[in-house]
Amino acid sequence: MHPITTVHYLVLSVALLLIGTIGVLTRRNIVIVLMSIELILNAVNINLIAFSHHLQNINGQIFAIFVITDAVAEAAVGLGILIALFRNKETVLADQIDLLRW
Amino acid sequence: MDVILFLAFAAIAVVCAVNVVVQTHPISSALSLIGVMGSLAVLYLLLGAEFIAMAQVIVYAGAIMVLFVFVIMLLNAGAESRRGRSLTAQLLGIPGFFALLVLLSYTVLRLFPDAAHVKFGGFTGGSAKDVGKLLFTEYLLPFELTSVLILIAIVGAVVLARKELE
Repeated sequence: MHPITTVHYLVLSVALLLIGTIGVLTRRNIVIVLMSIELILNAVNINLIAFSHHLQNINGQIFAIFVITDAVAEAAVGLGILIALFRNKETVLADQIDLLRW
Repeated sequence: MDVILFLAFAAIAVVCAVNVVVQTHPISSALSLIGVMGSLAVLYLLLGAEFIAMAQVIVYAGAIMVLFVFVIMLLNAGAESRRGRSLTAQLLGIPGFFALLVLLSYTVLRLFPDAAHVKFGGFTGGSAKDVGKLLFTEYLLPFELTSVLILIAIVGAVVLARKELE
């Protein structure tokens, strides 16, 4: 059996990144769009930690911690915006929120 | 053993990630996302990042997903209808996804033809002690700025989600 290398982790990261991008682009429900953004941030974390192992250097893991922190802040503010939006428009579907449409 | 663990949990992560995007009901997506987070935590352990793995389970699978499920329950959003899904988008999108995946994987393979083997225990610098030592010395300023960021996020979320006062 082939041994696992850093490349395998990078390919997994690419796959999660592309799946997350497809989720952001195709879904209407804003909650699922936010979850897809979390998927993309997790793909970033795999990259950082795989290279931390590859270079035998812990700095990548510190950056992964900062990425996790950012994801928390982003989720909190995003869901706050979503609640405010739902209070005004009674919907969570992105295609029904067309306040700025000409 | 490493190979089996990696392949099993990478497969779980990818299947759950696809499920996040495919499911129509937000609760199903949220539960699949917890599956992704959990299997990624195992992969971080394989890479020797113990602290990040635990933070992944506690912060992502615990805190963030509880927040998501709470908001889904609060808004009582039902399943999304499947109307208006264009056929051309599906016919072009799915092959486009695989084409991009193969292209990027090929690029990575070309960039790292002789990448190091990842063995469990090959890197042991990821314990809470090592991470904390670096976080409180070299990265002290970014760490403190992060606390300000979190504070801003808390205040912003409260201001956005409260009821408008007349």
